[in-house]
Amino acid sequence: MNVSASSPPPIGITTKDACVDFPIFDAKSRSLKKTVIGMVGGNIDSDAKVPVIEALRDITLNLEHGSRVGLVGHNGAGKSTLLRLLSGIYEPTRGVAEVRGRVAPVFDLGVGMDPEISGLENIMIRGLFLGMTRREMESRVDDIADFTELGDFLRMPLRTYSTGMRVRLALGVVTSIDPEILLLDEGIGAVDAAFLEKSKKRLSELVERSGLLVFASHSDEFLRELCDTAIWMEHGRVKQQGDLDDVLRAYKGGA
Amino acid sequence: MPSTSRAWSRAFADLTGGWGQRELWGHLGWQDIKQRYRRSVLGPIWITISMAVTAIALGILYAGLFGNDLSVQLPYILVGFIVWAFISGCILEGAEVFIANEGLMKHLPAPLSVHVYRLIWRQTLLFAHNLLVYVIMLAIFPQPLSWTILAALPAVALLALNGAWVALLFGMVTARFRDLAPITQSLVQLMFFMTPIVWIYDDLLNSPNPTIAERARLAEFNPFLHFIEIVRRPLLGQDLLLRQWVIVLVITVVGWLLTLVVLRRYRSRVTYWV
Repeated sequence: MNVSASSPPPIGITTKDACVDFPIFDAKSRSLKKTVIGMVGGNIDSDAKVPVIEALRDITLNLEHGSRVGLVGHNGAGKSTLLRLLSGIYEPTRGVAEVRGRVAPVFDLGVGMDPEISGLENIMIRGLFLGMTRREMESRVDDIADFTELGDFLRMPLRTYSTGMRVRLALGVVTSIDPEILLLDEGIGAVDAAFLEKSKKRLSELVERSGLLVFASHSDEFLRELCDTAIWMEHGRVKQQGDLDDVLRAYKGGA
Repeated sequence: MPSTSRAWSRAFADLTGGWGQRELWGHLGWQDIKQRYRRSVLGPIWITISMAVTAIALGILYAGLFGNDLSVQLPYILVGFIVWAFISGCILEGAEVFIANEGLMKHLPAPLSVHVYRLIWRQTLLFAHNLLVYVIMLAIFPQPLSWTILAALPAVALLALNGAWVALLFGMVTARFRDLAPITQSLVQLMFFMTPIVWIYDDLLNSPNPTIAERARLAEFNPFLHFIEIVRRPLLGQDLLLRQWVIVLVITVVGWLLTLVVLRRYRSRVTYWV
């Protein structure tokens, strides 16, 4: 999502004091009844206010072209939400976030895949979702087909695939694109070891092609391979940011 | 809260950015249609067939009930039905457009309008399938068509333009207030009977019974009447009524202005609501 209007700005993501608060509507406060009654009768019920989950607090970051950032933190620390903030999916409730460049978010390998259509058609759709054009995808289909080693299965509906085969297909598409900003959430498992070696190579090639990488992972090995700096998230805040090894040491020491 | 001009430009950027992703929603819209009839032998022709069956059955029924000639009643019901299918599709699916796409919205940073354009495109494709029934009908019951049939094109374009703001506005509001989905459903159902689709408007207006004629005049207040009529009149070779076009144009402008105000204010919140 290109926000600034004038000459193409350099790729990058800037956030300043960005917060993400999720309103949690229960069945009652989500209905019109309560809002209307509340407006007419005044605020009698203090419970009427929607409870809020503060997922991210005061995030100030400046990620520039060439950054290779790892994201570490415990479950629920805000890694995935931060990736969604950086991709522009969630605009900050307070503060500012500016995303300059074409974002390819890879949070879930299967999103946008349709079980009823063939592998080949899914390659096209998944590519379009990642911001590629139809022509770009057509020129890549053969390469993706080779990589997935699925052969004639590509003409079969996706629902006939095993989990591993689906991951192969999704990884094949994802690693074939040319993103300006690549946001990776881990969840790249369920593939056999030989295939993982092969996809690692493609993954690092993809990272080299991309202008900016943010990668959330629990695997030190993967992080060391793809990133040079890191951000440590805790309770929705940036606890530490800096050189990958320093952050990892502090994170492991603290954990 | 970002400055006002910036919020406005972001609202417009949502609409233009979504339009720029034509390849994506164009592909998805087609996929939606093919998907619905996958593994059936006739495929999307089923859309056409079911429309034909409904219109013929109702045509025969109401021709008998009102004592009209089938050659008058059937074309009238058929065209009304085709247009109504488009209108009600845009409203009903529009109310659910963001709720139904929750998964995509939370995984891909796409403009909101992408989902709306996909919906309108899908409804347009369905409309085109149904138009086939109209062409067949013309062969059986020829209509006194003239150059005015060309007016059907801008009329359908206006319908689509209105469908877009309705889906965008209703989609946003329903994402926040879930009760509106069932309310919308009931209202659309009700409006089907209130709008001259099965009953012939002109007949009731010119009814010898003054009470009936008086009641029928109230239908002028029903906006759906005008939307149906601007498409139906040219397709049945009737004279165009300027009044109806003006009303539709005014609704288009007012609807879009209202939608833009809501889009400016709440666009960024929709992802949090779904």
